[in-house]
Amino acid sequence: MAAPIAIHLEFGGGAELLFDGVKEHHVTLPSQSQPWDVKQLLVWIQRNLLKERPELFVQGDSVRPGILVLINDADWELMGELDYQLQDQDNVVFISTLHGG
Amino acid sequence: MCQVDEDYHGPLQRAEVPSVSKKCVKCKEATAAVVIRAGDAYCRGCFKEYFIHKFRAMLGKNRVIFPGEKVLLAVSGGPSSCSMLRQVQEGLSHNAHKKLRFLPGVVFIDEGGAVGQSVEERQRTVAELHAVFKATSFPFHMVPLEQVLDLPSSVVVTAASPSERAASAYKAAVDHFIQSDTTSCVTPRQQEETLLPDVQESHTHSLQQLIGSAKTLTAKEELLNTLRQHLLVHTARTEGYSKVMLGDNCTRLAVKLLSSISLGRGAQLAQDTGFSDSRYGDIMLLRPMTEYSAKEIAYYNRMFRVPAVFTASLDTRTADKSSIQHLTESFVIKLQADFPSTVSTIYRTSEKLQTACRSSSTEECWDRCLLCVCALDTAAENASAFKATLISEQLSQSKSPKATRPNPESTAPAGQCCSPAGGGDCGKAASDGGCCSSAKAPETAHLRSLLCYSCQLTIKDMGSNQSSVEHLPQYILSEAQRRRRRSQMRQEIRDFLLDEADEG
Repeated sequence: MAAPIAIHLEFGGGAELLFDGVKEHHVTLPSQSQPWDVKQLLVWIQRNLLKERPELFVQGDSVRPGILVLINDADWELMGELDYQLQDQDNVVFISTLHGG
Repeated sequence: MCQVDEDYHGPLQRAEVPSVSKKCVKCKEATAAVVIRAGDAYCRGCFKEYFIHKFRAMLGKNRVIFPGEKVLLAVSGGPSSCSMLRQVQEGLSHNAHKKLRFLPGVVFIDEGGAVGQSVEERQRTVAELHAVFKATSFPFHMVPLEQVLDLPSSVVVTAASPSERAASAYKAAVDHFIQSDTTSCVTPRQQEETLLPDVQESHTHSLQQLIGSAKTLTAKEELLNTLRQHLLVHTARTEGYSKVMLGDNCTRLAVKLLSSISLGRGAQLAQDTGFSDSRYGDIMLLRPMTEYSAKEIAYYNRMFRVPAVFTASLDTRTADKSSIQHLTESFVIKLQADFPSTVSTIYRTSEKLQTACRSSSTEECWDRCLLCVCALDTAAENASAFKATLISEQLSQSKSPKATRPNPESTAPAGQCCSPAGGGDCGKAASDGGCCSSAKAPETAHLRSLLCYSCQLTIKDMGSNQSSVEHLPQYILSEAQRRRRRSQMRQEIRDFLLDEADEG
């Protein structure tokens, strides 16, 4: 049983429009049996934060192509992408590089 | 950049996930932070160096900006153009031999009126960018897109370009510049600023009507691009700049290349996507960001705190299929996710394109499209696909054989687009294009004859009746009339001319 973890989420490049224009979110992920990974985080975001048009943010179990993810200011490709296990106080950033957000 | 041994072919199967503590491929010491191409991980320091070097290398390789030249940076507030602004700042702060030697200025075009933002939203965007520009200490100009309605018609005329300067002249100019007092241009100038003038509501309304008269988002975006470019060129001319830098990045250009082909702009591709574009003659458009992918720019901006101001555009939060441009973008980006060399392959193709036509200086203004100012591509042979399209368009529009009779006044055809009130005029112009609603239709037909194929499609989208064309800004309409009078006069005095080519 993993303890609840507090993380900092940030959206930019137009992705914030899907979250009521709010760029920064401090959230606490509830405790669950396995440790939290990014894949589960995306599901959680979709259920709890995303205000509209989920297809503009996620695709399949990953983010929509064109949206970059940084974990603690490093490319998520270096961190294991969806399999990265989130730690307490992690900083996850989503930046849209698509035209018009 | 262009190394011989450059490797774009990452393995198609997913590379195994690198460990968290992967080292930078460059310095092999620091922990990597960014993966640029498949497998190339850079640390923060090396990434910054690589990014800054690439900008200078791009300008150094092309040698088009002469020392002391005034260059206008077109900054929209988006990540690419803001990153370009930062690169120019970096370039000017360096020690003498690597320093950029031109005089930059910044222009921002406020398109809020065209994309339907409220006055408050526009003010907020302008205020945020004002702070960004103020911090650069470059002169800057903030221009509302509404000003496009008051442009002079000379904007769409290619001005005589200054005589081509040879590569040797570039070297001489640089040497001369280095020898002469280099501090002269470094002395801090008084920061000039042109603030956004108050925009009349009626102007915003006319602009909205103009954009709104295009039915599809595809045509709206094309129209907006055209107007924006005219206003940029006009601002550069009135403020005395000879080059305009645009922020198009590699990803953007790959999308633009494919969508331009889909829009029928194949003949203009080289100018639309190349590094330098001299269609306006005296003002050269440059795209110095074309070596960067959208990802590199986003990471750079994030890591080195480059401020960018997000503004919604016409295609914000629309479905993939809302416009050709948007669909192409989503196609390229999705392909890029699985095949990481997609964007660079498309972009490398665009670099090799050239238009096989006469050089820009010898062309007359009536060989140029009235909207995009590129060479006209409509002088096609009879057996071409373009002529076939025109014929089938005419055939499909004439409803009954009566409509094409030489004397159609007797039977006004009940064309589907004839307005009931204009029924009387309808027959008169029916022989002209087959589709009309007023006696002014020939003028619309004439306007279309001044456009390239792709711009014709955009105007066609605005409706075939005269009223929609009237929404076009006055400078375009009056230039169309001028060209019409010129060609009429040329017809009249044709017999007295020695040679067609002498006309000028």
